[in-house]
Amino acid sequence: MRIPILKLGDILLTSIQSDISDEHALMLQTDILQRMDQSRARGVVLDITSLDIVDSYMARILTETARMAQLMGGEVVITGMNPMVALTLVEMGRELLGVLTALTLQQGIDKIKDRLAILEGDRGEEAPNAANG
Amino acid sequence: MPPTDEIRVAVNLRVPDDIVRARQAGRDAARTLGFGLADQTRLATAISEISRNALHYGGGGQCEILGRLMNPGREITVTVCDQGPGIPDLDKAMTPGFSTGNSLGMGLPGTRRLMDALEITSQPGQTLVVMSMRRRGLR
Repeated sequence: MRIPILKLGDILLTSIQSDISDEHALMLQTDILQRMDQSRARGVVLDITSLDIVDSYMARILTETARMAQLMGGEVVITGMNPMVALTLVEMGRELLGVLTALTLQQGIDKIKDRLAILEGDRGEEAPNAANG
Repeated sequence: MPPTDEIRVAVNLRVPDDIVRARQAGRDAARTLGFGLADQTRLATAISEISRNALHYGGGGQCEILGRLMNPGREITVTVCDQGPGIPDLDKAMTPGFSTGNSLGMGLPGTRRLMDALEITSQPGQTLVVMSMRRRGLR
């Protein structure tokens, strides 16, 4: 079971639809990074609306995926976190530090567009392939 | 499903998919007994953490979920065991901050915060984690 990743303009869109194993989470991480590289899309929206459990392993995968995408010159926004998942992560002391989040898919898309526009502005030119720094 | 008086589920922990099975079994049991959504999620997450430890560090093991209705209230106890090398420094593993970095920590302090009680006994050849959650009142 591979999780599909859709391309929408300059954005990659993917959604975790059910509780997935550690192996599948790791596979999704690799797939997202490779797809960013192949498609030159710098923004990723990762929807976790249907995920009813995020333990420390999954939290780490999500945080690392966002960091890795940033190293490549992109951004990840995680959308739709279940309220009970947010409650549990904070209680555990496992917040997704440094990760962009949004309440809904639509707000996530808006956020990533804003973010990409800022990145463009920082570079002062249109350079989708430019390396960081 | 109508509430039952007692639920007993055992999940063998041999492959990564078994972690998913164990946490979902925990959630199902908690839901059936009438635990609220937050407690269902806390319990499932705690089971996930401890089951992964048994698989990764203990080389596999077993997760047993025992739930029962009281009058009034409900209680669930989860026992996870493995026959691995044991946790070398249990005090350190239970210390907040030790395992909450970006390393492969065992997540024990975080798990303890999700449950009412969590007890670990560990020696070479046998690690046993017993954790429980109890709610008084109708809901």
